[in-house]
Formats: sequence, C-alpha cells, structure tokens
Amino acid sequence: MPRLPVTDWEHDFDHFDPEWTRDPARIWADLRSKCPVATSQRFEGGAYLPLRYADIYAIAYDTDHFSSQRIVVREQKLPVKGMPPITSDPPEHTPARRLLLPAFSPKEIQKHEQRIRAICVGLLDGIAHRSELDAAVEYAQHVPVYAIAHMLGIDAADGDLFRKWIFDLSTGSVHDPQVGMQALEEVDAFFRTHIEQRRLHPGDDLISFLTYADLDGDPLSDRHIIGALTLLLVAGIETTWSAIGSALWHLAAHQEDRRRLAAQPELLATAIEEFLRVYSPVTMAREVVKETTIGGCPYAKGGQVLLSYPAANRDPEKFEQADSVIIDRANNPHAAFGLGRHRCLGSNLARLEMTIALEEWLKRFPDFELASDKEVVWSEGQLRGPRTVPVVITRQANGS
Amino acid sequence: MNDASPPQYLVSINQDRCQGHSRCCSLAPELFDSDDMGYGVVRGDGVVPAELLEKAKLAVANCPEYAVTLKRITNAE
Repeated sequence: MPRLPVTDWEHDFDHFDPEWTRDPARIWADLRSKCPVATSQRFEGGAYLPLRYADIYAIAYDTDHFSSQRIVVREQKLPVKGMPPITSDPPEHTPARRLLLPAFSPKEIQKHEQRIRAICVGLLDGIAHRSELDAAVEYAQHVPVYAIAHMLGIDAADGDLFRKWIFDLSTGSVHDPQVGMQALEEVDAFFRTHIEQRRLHPGDDLISFLTYADLDGDPLSDRHIIGALTLLLVAGIETTWSAIGSALWHLAAHQEDRRRLAAQPELLATAIEEFLRVYSPVTMAREVVKETTIGGCPYAKGGQVLLSYPAANRDPEKFEQADSVIIDRANNPHAAFGLGRHRCLGSNLARLEMTIALEEWLKRFPDFELASDKEVVWSEGQLRGPRTVPVVITRQANGS
Repeated sequence: MNDASPPQYLVSINQDRCQGHSRCCSLAPELFDSDDMGYGVVRGDGVVPAELLEKAKLAVANCPEYAVTLKRITNAE
C-alpha cells in the first residue's frame, strides 16, 4: 500500500514520510511554531507527537498513563513482544532492570575498552590504504556488532547474521511487517540454541549470566532470557552504529568541526554529547492506557505516542541555539538516552564505543570529506542514522 | 564571622531522581563516583574544593534528570 505524502504535518504526521527521513528537524521546527503536539490518524488508535522537551519529560515519567509495552508506532499495533525491561512497566520493570544494570555500569563497561579499541583498529587496518570508502558500511556498522557479539559470547563470524536481522527488523519491517516477524523468529531460535549450549557449558558472558540468573530466587523463564537478549541485540547495535555514523557524517560534511576536533582531541567528550543531542538516533513510543492531559493537550486512551527524544533535544526552550552544532557546548543535559526509569541501559557502552570509534578514526583519517558524487541514505522510522557515509580520504595520518 | 572566608559549596545527588546517566561522574570524577548499579554517588562529604566549583556546576547543568544539586553552605565557624 503506497503511503500518501504528508501535506498537513500538524494533523496528519507520518514519521515514515520521505520528507521526515530527509530532515525531521525542519519539520519539528515548523510544527513548534504552530502547536506543541502534532497528531495523526494514520496509526491505529490515533497518534501524538509532542515536540516540547517539558512534555516529553513529563510523559517519560508518567507510567500511570503511558505504557512502554509497545515501543514502535505503526499503522496497526504490532503484537506485544516482551523485551524486558524496555517493554516493562512498573512493578515488573524494576527487578527486570536491576538484573541487567550491574553488567552495564560504568566500571563494568570500562573493562571492555581494550577489546573495543582492538575492534576499531582492526576495522581501520582493513581499510587503511583506501582513498574512498564508506564510513557507515565499512566501519560504523561493524563496531557495535562485534562489541555486542563479544559481550554475549558469540562468535564474531555471526556478526553478518546480526546485521541481516537488524536490517529486517528496521528497514525491512517498515515495508513489510512480516519480514520483521520472521527475523524475530530467527533471533528466537538462535538464542534458544545458545541458551541450551550455556546450560551445558557456562561461560563468562551475558547469555550465561542470564541463563543462570534469578529474580527473587526463581530462575528466569526462557521467554524472559530470550526477550532480554533480543533487546541487547536490537537496542545495542543499530542505535550505536547510527550514532557513530551520524558523527562521522557530520565531520565529513562540516570541515571546520572536523579540523578542530582532529587538532584538539580533548574536545571529543563535549563533541560526542553534542552529536548525541543533535543527531539522537532513538525515538521511543508509549501507548496511552488512561486518558490524561499533558502540557494542556489531551491524550486519549488507546492512542500511540511517538516519544521523540530527538525532537526534545532540539527544543529552543531547553537548549540555546538548539539547531546549531556546537562541539564544545558546555551545558548539554540532552535526552538522547531517554529520561526517567527507561534510561538506555547501554548508555555507558554506547559512549565508550563512540569515543573509541571516533578517536581511532581521527587518528587514522584526520582529513576526510563527503564524496560529492555519492548519496547519503538515511534510515527510516524511529531509528535515525546514515546507512551510507561515502567519504574521500584526503590525507592519511603519518603523512602517507 | 570572618568576612574574608570564601563561601563553601556542597554537592548532592537525589537518589530518587538519578537514573544512571553518568554525566556527573564523567564531568567531575573528583566529586562523583558510580555504584555497582551505575547510579551516581557523591564522593566523601560532598564539600566542593574551590578549584572544583566549575566542575560541580557542570555536573548540575548536564544532569538530564535534575538529580544533582549544588548548595551554598553558610560557614558559621
């Protein structure tokens, strides 16, 4: 079924529209001048798109009226697929989250630094002598695949399988929900096999940890283990490669920022937070379970809310020069990793991967720019990042 | 009361608000640490040495959950 192009973003928004895919921030800026919340009847139950940081914050905190069971906004509500804790509401949420938090704490994540650096350096070695390459396809997309495979205790050779499932679950399922369902079944079977193996031969990895973990003394159900592992796969890979890809795209397209960052690596920390703010990859969703009013706007029961942290991060009421990229922005309390109890579990891992991926890239390729003859393709829907970042390497490090 | 004594500041984290974004620990590791769950905790008694005041302000300004606060304490020695 072809999608009708959007002509009235205020009352008929569609986050799959090509105009949104091209440049969503322009749509948000335009909408802000008209209304604090856009609506759409294209989606089952009706959909809402709040644009103010304050309203998005309030909804993220209001678990009485807004459920996390469905985290995508689609024409037809998809069957609920539990991926605890991201799809959990209180009271189930807290224990499911506390189970995973220790493995993703700053100190635990820091232990993976060497491995992640080796992954990045290895990828760069493979493309070192090229003068043209794709920074997304040949670099960004592999970093989190290998990092997550390592944490799960899965052979890096299965990385291509991960990438296929991820494409099926995002781009594939946008056009045919069946493609996404099929991928989920394959992911299910894949993890089921691994859980069986860990029951016989436990290892020092997250699959083993979940296989032997308990909640209040009871072992986790297979359903819970598989759901949590699926979450780590879908939330830990495309998100981070989108963030790394967006940062590299920005630097390729903005030579002044690239030169500055290559010359002053100490700016990397603030630059990464700024890239996360301006190019936040993840838009979440909520379902209205009880009628309510937020920021003066009514939300009807059964409605779907597109919870756009990316739009919140562009709200001029919250951020000065919200649409400008300022790589040394000092005050940047962005919401790229969400707000409230569902703060991205993997945020410390994502930041570490971004930091190392950019550090190592800039060491190897301090001078690069977008290839003018090739197109940058952006992903569609609730996860935003460049699928392709064709670049020309204008100078390699060490004068080569 | 000694008018010449500089004002003192105290940082604190509201544990009900903290969601573990780790911004305070990254921006001011001298003042903040993280616990085993990844939530932020104040190091020591939270009194901010003068040379760390700017870092403390950054930690407050960058917390997305409004969990970090900086208070001026009246020093009544």
